[in-house]
Amino acid sequence: MNRQTKEIIIKYIFFLFALVSVIVLGLIVFSLFREGLPIFGKVSVKDFIFGMEWYPTYDPPSFGIFPLIVGSLIVTLLATVIAVPLGVMAAIYIAEIAPQAIKEILKSVIELLAGLPSVVLGFFGMVIVAPWLQDTFDLPTGLNIVNASVILALMAIPTISSISEDALYAVPREYKEASYALGATKFETIVQVILPAAMSGISTAVMLGMARAIGETMVVLMVAGGAAAIPESLFDSVRPMPASIAAEMGEAPFRSGHYQALFAIGIVLFFLTLFFNLFADYVSHKFRQIGSGTL
Amino acid sequence: MKWRYLKQQIFFGLVRASALIVTLALGGIIFYIAYNGIGAISWDFITKPPTDSMTKGGIMPAILGTIYLTVGAIAIGLPLGIASAIYLTEYAKQGRIIRFLKVGINCLAGVPSVVFGLFGLGFFVIFLKFGSSILSGSLTLGFLILPTIIGASEEALKSVPQTFREASLSLGVSKWQTTYRIVLPNALPGILTGSILGIGRAAGETAPIMFTAAAYFTTKLPGSVFDEVMALPYHIYVLATAGTNIEATRPIQFGTVLVLVAVVLGIDLVAIVVRSYMRRNKRW
Repeated sequence: MNRQTKEIIIKYIFFLFALVSVIVLGLIVFSLFREGLPIFGKVSVKDFIFGMEWYPTYDPPSFGIFPLIVGSLIVTLLATVIAVPLGVMAAIYIAEIAPQAIKEILKSVIELLAGLPSVVLGFFGMVIVAPWLQDTFDLPTGLNIVNASVILALMAIPTISSISEDALYAVPREYKEASYALGATKFETIVQVILPAAMSGISTAVMLGMARAIGETMVVLMVAGGAAAIPESLFDSVRPMPASIAAEMGEAPFRSGHYQALFAIGIVLFFLTLFFNLFADYVSHKFRQIGSGTL
Repeated sequence: MKWRYLKQQIFFGLVRASALIVTLALGGIIFYIAYNGIGAISWDFITKPPTDSMTKGGIMPAILGTIYLTVGAIAIGLPLGIASAIYLTEYAKQGRIIRFLKVGINCLAGVPSVVFGLFGLGFFVIFLKFGSSILSGSLTLGFLILPTIIGASEEALKSVPQTFREASLSLGVSKWQTTYRIVLPNALPGILTGSILGIGRAAGETAPIMFTAAAYFTTKLPGSVFDEVMALPYHIYVLATAGTNIEATRPIQFGTVLVLVAVVLGIDLVAIVVRSYMRRNKRW
């Protein structure tokens, strides 16, 4: 075999390896559909998604996941509201203001926070935050939306912060220097020049943070309380989609309606996060920051 | 004029406060866990199996299980990840294919951990009939950390100067030999430190192993890759939510959490320190 053919073969072998991620993505869809789609023979898509009652073990069972979707969305939104200001401001501090030494430490702190296992954060929320909330606000339970959102925010902050930080660094120096030259203060430069220039990167960061929060399992499983009903206040318990899957899969009989419904929730969750990720990818590409020539 | 600077001071104050809150949150959590967990830690706790329906005794099988699963995940994720990154940085031309692959990798990185669990259950446990086992769990975790390893490897490969490749190619060395002999050895330390962060993640994940590998309780240690194992994260979840006496076993729970945090953050910290050392002593 001559050298050229050998090189070409090697190139294609590596291409196959690079394809593995996409193949796995395909296998995920295949497995979810294979186990989950049969449920739609028992209940219509509309009744499944908009059904108000999640009683999978009753006879006859009802598989309405709307309360679970609402639960997921509400904890994700509240977590985003908490995590975005903290995450973006921490990024601004790291990228623009902090002295070198503090910057290094803070970056490690954020990386370690990202590394905390979710079950540890869930445990923390359950054992420490929940009793405190319960006593302070005199609630029937501390396992509720507020608690889950705060802990989820802690998980989303590293994602939001590190991606925002990259976006802030990518803003060309000339912008900053031009702004200073015009007599703007550092604050004015950050808010009126750097932040707008980094906006596409920050939006990507926020979306990826939300995707992280909506798919996070252990925290909502341990901390959200688990009530499959539409909440009336922020101190009510909810049962977000991932929590339902994780809590019930162990007891659902193999290939029963319940089991298939849980896989179908996985389908919903998969496509929801896929949408977030594709949208984030679209935004970051469409409004890509390339040097000073783009704006 | 004054107001402009006052505004700046207020803004800077808020920004510093945010950074402080994040730091305190991490510090607070770690301190609280260490403070409550340290009492439970002893040699017996780490080397003995649980006794009396998990209300007493140690966590040795869970530690061992986590090690097995993590090593398995590395064995799958690391070679695949490095090979993917080599294609992306060394072979692929900018264009449709690379864009397609990158979108795929980003989407895989965004797949929720519980969906990975369902995938592992549906594909490895049921479709390939591996059962709930170390093999199924390792494969699931391996694919979970694949995007992290690809990202770290890509960054490390890109940081090898282009001149190295050009010098090698100009000597008539083939592309593959250049990659294998010149680029890869120079990138390897960066690849490994970056990948360690992925390894920390594999050790701490719970949802992907719940239905694919983790056992509630087993007395026997695994004899083959087709056996179920206990694992630290799942053990914590079980003790904290479904144990026989949740309040009474709090010290054991805190102890287990401390061990997991120490393992995962220890791994991460090593990566962070080595990386910053390497950046400071960069030769090119």
